[in-house]
Parts: sequence; C-alpha cells; structure tokens
Amino acid sequence: MKQLQLKDLYHAFRDPKTIKSLALLIEKEAKKLSEPLHIMEVCGGHTHTIMKYGLKQLLPKNITFIHGPGCPVCIMPKDRIDHAIALANMEDTILCTLGDMIRVPGSKSTLAKERAKGRDIRPLYTPMDIIKIAKENSDKKVIFFAIGFETTTPMTAAVIKRVLDECIQNIYFHINHVLVPPAVKAIMDPGKAKINAFIGPSHVSVISGAKIYEPLAQTYQTPIVVSGFEPVDVMEGILMLIQQKNEGRCEVEIAYKRSVTREGNLKAQQMIDTYMEPRAHFTWRGIGDIPNSALRLKEEYAYLDAEKIFSDILPKAPVQDHKLCICGTILQGLANPQDCSVFGTSCTPNSPLGSCMVSDEGACNAYYRYGGL
Amino acid sequence: MDKKILLSHGGGGEESNQLIHELFYQYFSNEILLKSEDAAILTTKGNIAFTTDSFTVSPLFFAGGDIGKIAIAGTLNDLSMMGAKPLYVSCAFIIEEGMDYNDLEKIVKSMTEELSHNDAKIVCGDTKVVPKGSIDKIFITTSGIGEVVTPGISAQNIDEHDMIIVSRDIGRHGATILAERESIDITSNLSSDCKSLWPVVKHLLDHGIKPKAMRDATRGGLAAVLNEWAVSSNICIELDEEAIPISEEVQGLCEIFGFEATDFANEGTFILALRPEQVDKALKLLHAFQDDQSASLIGKVTTKKPKKVILNTPWGSSRYLDLPKGELLPRIC
Ligand code: SF4
Ligand code: SF4
Repeated sequence: MKQLQLKDLYHAFRDPKTIKSLALLIEKEAKKLSEPLHIMEVCGGHTHTIMKYGLKQLLPKNITFIHGPGCPVCIMPKDRIDHAIALANMEDTILCTLGDMIRVPGSKSTLAKERAKGRDIRPLYTPMDIIKIAKENSDKKVIFFAIGFETTTPMTAAVIKRVLDECIQNIYFHINHVLVPPAVKAIMDPGKAKINAFIGPSHVSVISGAKIYEPLAQTYQTPIVVSGFEPVDVMEGILMLIQQKNEGRCEVEIAYKRSVTREGNLKAQQMIDTYMEPRAHFTWRGIGDIPNSALRLKEEYAYLDAEKIFSDILPKAPVQDHKLCICGTILQGLANPQDCSVFGTSCTPNSPLGSCMVSDEGACNAYYRYGGL
Repeated sequence: MDKKILLSHGGGGEESNQLIHELFYQYFSNEILLKSEDAAILTTKGNIAFTTDSFTVSPLFFAGGDIGKIAIAGTLNDLSMMGAKPLYVSCAFIIEEGMDYNDLEKIVKSMTEELSHNDAKIVCGDTKVVPKGSIDKIFITTSGIGEVVTPGISAQNIDEHDMIIVSRDIGRHGATILAERESIDITSNLSSDCKSLWPVVKHLLDHGIKPKAMRDATRGGLAAVLNEWAVSSNICIELDEEAIPISEEVQGLCEIFGFEATDFANEGTFILALRPEQVDKALKLLHAFQDDQSASLIGKVTTKKPKKVILNTPWGSSRYLDLPKGELLPRIC
C-alpha cells in the first residue's frame, strides 16, 4: 500500500483546474434557480475557507452566504469565560484550554491577560497533553476548560477515560461542549432567517454522522450538504445544494465521502454518552439560552466536575454582551459583519469587542482579514 | 562529569574569570577581545551599519541549529540585509544558575562556527548568572557592526513594477520549533533554515545585483515583512500564491494546526525587491550558489491597493495577506 504522504492532506483538494471547473458548473446550474440561494455555513471553518480562498468571488450573484453559530469560540458567553478566569485565579492551579479561547473577552478580562498577570494558563495543542501536565505538577490542580462542538467532545471523553484508567487525582473538567442541531433550530424557529440551504461541517459528522441533520432538512424543508473544508470540498457542496434545489429535493447529502458516514463514529458517540449528558440550559453568546444545546458531566463523575467542586468561587450573575456588538444577530444569520457600526474601527482582531472578531474562524475576523477586495 | 553553571560564575571573582578565560576567550579568541580592555577599539572604513537583538528560544537545540547559531546569524543577517559586511559583534549572556556547562560550551562552539561564515569577530561581551527560575536557561544578546558595501538598500525604496523574490522555501524555522515543542515526529525531514546570509548576499552584490530592499523574514515571517514594505513604500504587493515555495513538511504541519506558512518565522531566508530586469540573473545566482532551486519570483509591486499585500490564488480569486497575530495559536478543531 502506498504510504500516506503529508501532501495527500491537501493537494488534490486545492487543484486550481478542479476549482475553476466547479465554478463553471455552479454558474450554469445556478442560472436555473427559481429563487436566490442563501446558504448558511453552520461552522466557522467554512466561513474561513470561503473567505481565505476567495471562493465568493467565483460564485454567481444569486448564491449568498450567511454565517452560522458554529464556532465554539464565537458562541462562548462571557460568564463562562469569567468562570475560567476565576478558576485560573485559584491557588496552585493550572488552567488548560484550547487555542484561541485564551483571547476571548469575558466581562472584564481575558485568559491571555490573566496569564500576563502571572496565572498559569496554557493553551494546549491537543487535549491529551493535559495528562503530562498533571503528572509533572502533581502538587497542583489542573483544570481543563473543555470547549468545542461534536468534533472535540470525543477528545475530552478520551481524556476523562485516561484520568479514570490511570487514577489521576489532580485533573478536573469544566465542560462547555455544545451541539450543532439545537443551535440551528434556535436560529430557524423564529422564522426570520432567510436561509434556504445549509452546508454542514464534515468534522462534526465524522463523529456524529450525517444523520443528525435529517430532522432539520425535514422540518425546514431545506437541502443540507455535509462538506469538508478544502476549497474543492466547499465548491462541490455548493454545487450539490443547487442541484438539490433545482430538482426540488430537501435531503441530507454528503460531499465528503472520504470520512463521513450517515451513522458517524459509534464508538466515539458511545464514549461521550458514558461520561456526559445534555444540560437543560446553556447560554450562547449573542443568541441567549438554547435548551439542551450543551453537555455536562454526568452526576456519577461529579468528583471530576470543576463546576461543582469549585462552585463557591464561580461568579453566578449573568453578563451582558457589549452594547454595540451585533455578534448575536450575525450568528443568527440576520446581519453581516460590515453591518456592525464598529467593524474594523473600534473592533479589530487585535482588540476585539465581540467574539466573532476573536477566533480566526469567526465571521468578523474572516471578513476583516480577507475581505474588502 | 556534569559541570553546572553556578551563581558564582557571574560574580566577577575567580569562577567568573575561569569561565571567561577557559570558555569564551578560548572559542572567541581574537586580538581585540584578548586585550580585555573596558571597551574595544575598532577600525572601519566609511559608513557603518549597527544593530542589536536578543535571543530566547525553547528548545535551545533544534534540528538545524541552536540558540548560539541564531544569536550570531540573526544579528549578522540584519547587517547583511542592509548591504553591510559583518565585522564586529558584542555578546552578552544571561545564564540561569544550574545550566549544563556542556550545553553552554556547545552553544559557544556553534557561535564560533557561525562567526567564521561571516568572517566576523566577537570583540566585547558580558556574562551574568541569575538564580534558578528567573529565566529559561539562557538568553543571549548580540550587537553587530558592519561596513556598508552597497549603500541605499531600504524598505522605503520600493516602486511600482519592482519584483519580489524569496531566497528559498519559507517557514522552516517556525515549523521546526513547533514540531519539536509538540514532539510531532511525522516531519522527520524538517529542519530549521537557520543560516548566515552574508555569503549569499555578497555573491549577489559581487555579481552586480542591486537590491532595492532586502529583509530576512524572521518573526512574523513573509507576511510581516511584505506588509511592512507595503506600508513603508506606500505600495501594493501582489503575490502569486502558487509561486511561494513551501516544503511539504511545513505545509503539512500548517494543515494539521491551521497555521499559515507565511506567518512562520525564518532564520536564513530573505526577501528581495528588485528591478524586473535583474530578476532572472538574481534567481540564477541564488539557485547556483545555494545548490537549491527553491528561490522564486513570488510577486510584483503594483498600485492596486496601496499599503496592502494581496494574494492571488491559482483559481482566479484573491484576498489580503494580513499581518500575523502576535501569538500563533492552533485552531480548535
Ligand atoms: S472551531 Fe472552527 S472548525 Fe471547529 S467547529 Fe468551530 S468554527 Fe468549526
Ligand atoms: S465587528 Fe466586533 S463588535 Fe461588531 S459584531 Fe463583529 S465582533 Fe461584534
């Protein structure tokens, strides 16, 4: 068997010829559309691809994009960040989280600013790194501020499993894992959004399967295509959506057959179910409370749950978003970043007011970095 | 025998003397330094270029180099980029108590080796030892003086129609450090580009290349240099994305973590702005001298969007190439 090369990760999926010919096919097919197609890219990863590779410029005018709620950084409410900051400020504590999370503003500070004040806060490359940190710092409490959608949840579950298997005594979890389908439902139900097609993120479905979108396709009578993050993947997804529309179908299709199935990764799903369960309420930044849209540790693992063990020190009062920031409206598909009065002026990637400007995958950030041409 | 650096090595007494004589003087030996005066008396002709930089890196030793090699190459490369021949270097060490003597010796050796590629000398220096925990093993500050042989090279000189060349494939240093820190072993062929640039710069200048601007793409990578140039010269730089040389190892690492090779640091890669008629000759000289074909013409200067860098994709779209953010953090999933 041919050994897998690093370039296999990306080469074919950025082939200029393929992208150009997909653009031609899209243009031809889009002429037949009876109404404009407003595609919501549920996940910020797609927003990023569309902007970074300039795909918008290749598409006809009757295809537009609307940014979905799909970035764990963008949707993290300030009160959860405040939790992380409170935890990091405890004596003898190391707070670990993933990537960009350390830049997201809470009500008064960010994890990055707290780190500068001397708190031990570490952005991890992969969640499993926390095991090593805990072993090297057995005299400290190591807290994992776990974030992410269906994609990253299994990794947290795998860390929990290691902690239990190896009886590691000093790791605690603050779980902020969120779920895509309830968020999409929350956006569509008020009936205001003009979305009539969805692109679903492949990495979510690698885990959860394409089937999680089937109720959405049914309820809102919209086509949904699950697609990868390379330019070729996204273009193929768009073409499939237009074709569905023209044929009057509203189905869930997969444009990323190389690793997505209808059922997903059953083993990963099972592992998540072992340790976690839906929480009744979770606030999404900008959107507000969405019932059953996030996970928490099951009661039997309360001894690992930082939210329970350190509940005394966690701030409880709800926190408002910045007055001028319209992240919520953007995340609901009702506005574009440029509609925000402070976009690119008081709000930039270096001093973000809202979360959409923080994450590389946030809509405002992607528009700021790559847009305007 | 595992000798360690002690606080007393920085105390100014006998141990300090020993360290200076047995280690530094031995390796850095030259008639100016050995005079042990309070300051070095130097001779130069004409205009001089003068620069300084501090070096911290973790790990201290990495594929393709170490902190000593960077501390010399880095500072002397800054001189070379101004068309100045590196001559004299000052060097200050801040060392953490408990550091391995052998590691320090390895670092000093590699500094000597790097100096020899530039034909430059360390003419003065300083050593401090600080208590364990105050710094991460060792910090090195070097300053350099060079003699300007080709005047007029400047980031403010670039005009419309000038061409942009990169001297080799980009992002190796940043990617190597990342891979070593995160112990990623899929990229075993990856090593830092860390290297003194004076020899290749001299070669170009000697053969009649007249760079309008030159810059080594260190922290902030290609993206930072080009954005600085665009602002300094009030021009638009348009890049042909496909032409930017990136090795498979570096690109692969970028894919895994969601980074861009254009944001990664380099320690032996430089960018040139040239008149169009000099491009072919410069590329030929680079390819032959480095025995490496990766030097490429990557873009041109236009007036499309002054102060901006634009990346033109191979499929006909375009986008800005923005300044990288201060701290590179991986994407979340
Ligand atoms: S972090 Fe990025 S890639 Fe992951 S779900 Fe969010 S937006 Fe998508
Ligand atoms: S530009 Fe800034 S303030 Fe406005 S919506 Fe985006 S993140 Fe919020």
